[in-house]
Amino acid sequence: MTSQPVCLVLAVAVVVVPAAALAQERGGLDPASLLEPLKESWPTYSGDYSGRRYSGLTQVTRDNVSRLTLAWTRQLNTGMPALEGANAPTFIGGEGTGEFAIGSQRIKGSILQVDDLLYVTAPDHVWALDVRDGGERWHYFWKTRGGPHIGNRGAALWRDSLIFETVDNYLVSLDARTGEERWHTEIASFEEQYFSTMAPIVVGDHLLVGTGNDLDAPGFLQSFDPATGALRWKFYTVPMSPDDPGIDTWPTLDAARHGGGQVWVPGAYDPETNYYIFGTGNPTPGYTGIARLGDNLFTCTLIAVDVDTGEMAWYFQTSPHDTHDWDSAQTPILIDGVIDGVPRKLVSTAARNGYFFTLDRVTGEHIVTTRYGATSNWASHIRENGSPNPHPAKEAIIPGALVSPVEGGVANWQPPAFNPDTGLFYTQENNGFNLLYLTELDPRGSMGLGGKDRITVGSGGNALSAIDYRTGETVWRHAWPIGGGGGAGVLTTAGGLVFTGDGSGNFVAFDAADGDLLWHTRIGNISNAPQTYLIDGRQHVLVASGRQLYAFVMY
Amino acid sequence: MRARIIGRMRALTCVAVVLTGVAVQVGAHAAPAGGGAARAGQDRSQRLYPALQRPPGDPELIARGRALYGINCRACHGLDLRGGDLGGPNLLRSQLVLRDQQGEEMLPVIRDGQSGAGGSSMPPQPLSDADIRAVVEYIHDVLGTASRQGGPPAGDEVELDILVGDAAAGQTYFATRCASCHSPTGDLQGIGARIPSAQQLQNTWVRGGARNAGRPPVIVTVTRSSGEPVVGWLERLNDFLVVLTEPDGRHRSFSRDGDTPVVEVDDPMAAHREMLPLYSDTDIHNVTAYLVTLQ
Repeated sequence: MTSQPVCLVLAVAVVVVPAAALAQERGGLDPASLLEPLKESWPTYSGDYSGRRYSGLTQVTRDNVSRLTLAWTRQLNTGMPALEGANAPTFIGGEGTGEFAIGSQRIKGSILQVDDLLYVTAPDHVWALDVRDGGERWHYFWKTRGGPHIGNRGAALWRDSLIFETVDNYLVSLDARTGEERWHTEIASFEEQYFSTMAPIVVGDHLLVGTGNDLDAPGFLQSFDPATGALRWKFYTVPMSPDDPGIDTWPTLDAARHGGGQVWVPGAYDPETNYYIFGTGNPTPGYTGIARLGDNLFTCTLIAVDVDTGEMAWYFQTSPHDTHDWDSAQTPILIDGVIDGVPRKLVSTAARNGYFFTLDRVTGEHIVTTRYGATSNWASHIRENGSPNPHPAKEAIIPGALVSPVEGGVANWQPPAFNPDTGLFYTQENNGFNLLYLTELDPRGSMGLGGKDRITVGSGGNALSAIDYRTGETVWRHAWPIGGGGGAGVLTTAGGLVFTGDGSGNFVAFDAADGDLLWHTRIGNISNAPQTYLIDGRQHVLVASGRQLYAFVMY
Repeated sequence: MRARIIGRMRALTCVAVVLTGVAVQVGAHAAPAGGGAARAGQDRSQRLYPALQRPPGDPELIARGRALYGINCRACHGLDLRGGDLGGPNLLRSQLVLRDQQGEEMLPVIRDGQSGAGGSSMPPQPLSDADIRAVVEYIHDVLGTASRQGGPPAGDEVELDILVGDAAAGQTYFATRCASCHSPTGDLQGIGARIPSAQQLQNTWVRGGARNAGRPPVIVTVTRSSGEPVVGWLERLNDFLVVLTEPDGRHRSFSRDGDTPVVEVDDPMAAHREMLPLYSDTDIHNVTAYLVTLQ
């Protein structure tokens, strides 16, 4: 493990600085306010640091959710804008020529809500919209150099700067009030085929930034100075030198250095330990594991790093030697819970591979592993340490192996939620089947995600599942009718509700306790996770369907 | 009553299914993963990565580079640049090679050699700078043919022999688990000839038929607290709505609230879905080996 401490001066700034006063002076969001549990606004990716997506708002309840009504809706042009004229973006930046034409994109990220503005992103786009009617305050567009425009997970607000990642690997800081660019800095090599989608996470005076890659490149998490864009540290998720930890889980250093483990979904932050806890992506080459025999640490691993130093505190591998493109990058959730009568500081995660885990978040000690993907069939057994063990017969093989889930996994980046009132962890559960054929017969294996044919042959049925974090058992499960399920994240509230999408065109609300379906509205398939906040004393619920935003309100 | 209507509807749809099923199979070859040929007509500025966006190099220089590569580099880095018998690294995923623009990174390494990170090392190559530039041009040309999602350039089409199963065991399995719905002398007569690719045949039977348009329709019965049950072809179903077409073409839709009205779905694919968690890969390979014999 190579961690390069670039600057350690600002250690423990999080709690010590009289941030409220400073923020007032400069305007914008006080980083210390992110330590508060999610309630009236939505100032960071998961609403707060816990990853729970549990709002303390209680105006919308089981009893009145049927009266939730549309406040406004707004369609955004997420494709290529006119670069000149009345409809041109307020500000245009970027290192591209403007020739690379991006297509219309779905809104797949978290939308920040602070004061009177919403900050919405799509690849190469950022908008500030009025929170009361969705009207445009400003629009920033980035002329890209290219890269796969598959999504953007949102922006970060640090004081009065709005900071986001571009597909072609820049971190861009805007004046949050006007949309004017302050600076941009390259965070990964475009030539090496990195591409960036993650919502940066502010922790005090650190900006935590991840990126992606499919071409056998090493993954890393970086910390930047949110004021200047200067690099503070860079944490590689795979061994980069012969004496790095985890090297014994790779056949060669060359394999490790091309081993993947990208960091592309935001993690959670625990202020008590100062650990940022996040998941890493799949090892590469993705489907042909022959040239990387071993567990391939620290790919498909839940990792805790100290935010000030970028040093790893503990790790737990949720998918040793993955050969199915099942990133384990999904957002983990911090839970203050009780195990066997003892109060514990926990972290739970529902991985793309169909397994659910609960660990001690201070030590990384394993507590629970269960299979929550009803048809997941790739593991031979659970190892003594709690990691599921991959069955070699369920890799891509020449005559075809029947594998569940499909490449998208049982869950994916779509955020899960946890409600402390019910003790339940809510996640989508997708149970597709692939026939997986090996097409690369070369003993060197393939590259990237090549070397296989992947044929979807059906589904064992999809569901929304509510899992007891203490046991990993599914307490209630709503099976979606044929064809439903999939692409929406989850929100839960102190009003006793769970909001998500049904994959059949409906935005839906459940009773968080028992899974009773209470409300729906047919606005199209939900493409991000629902969010909630308080405006003019009224609780709103905001959600995106493709490039259309919908804000609901309880009068 | 309901059974009779469903039976009639099945008969109505049967012919259409068989025909479209075959049609879909004929056109069902997998699209190429995005190699050089597939991109030939594409505007380079719209390609995803710099290596693919580069303007084409000088063909003569590339040809010379290819020849020089074959003589000087191939033994270590492989014919396809993906690493060779003597342990040279894969150049197509080499960060140094990917970063290189005009030889500024590659040329010094080729000329002077370098020590590798893992203890391996590259010896200096006795080539003139002009020859090295030709090799660099060739390497960039190959990089420009890479596939999507980090895949290597598309190689020659490989015919995979997926037939590893035991046809006799497959026949026994078929008799036990499939024969209640299917017959080797009925619906599956000549299936091995109709779908000549064994892989395609396996995909098709495990899936339970052709995709999308070729799928047999789902029949749904909606029973309200009063009135006759309504039977038709299912158009849409979710927790709040069921939409169907009656045999006479009439469009009907019903709101759903829990179990009201009662919605019964007769999905011919349900049996196939329910089988998915039960198959072993050996079962699948055996049944495929058997179905191939139905010529």
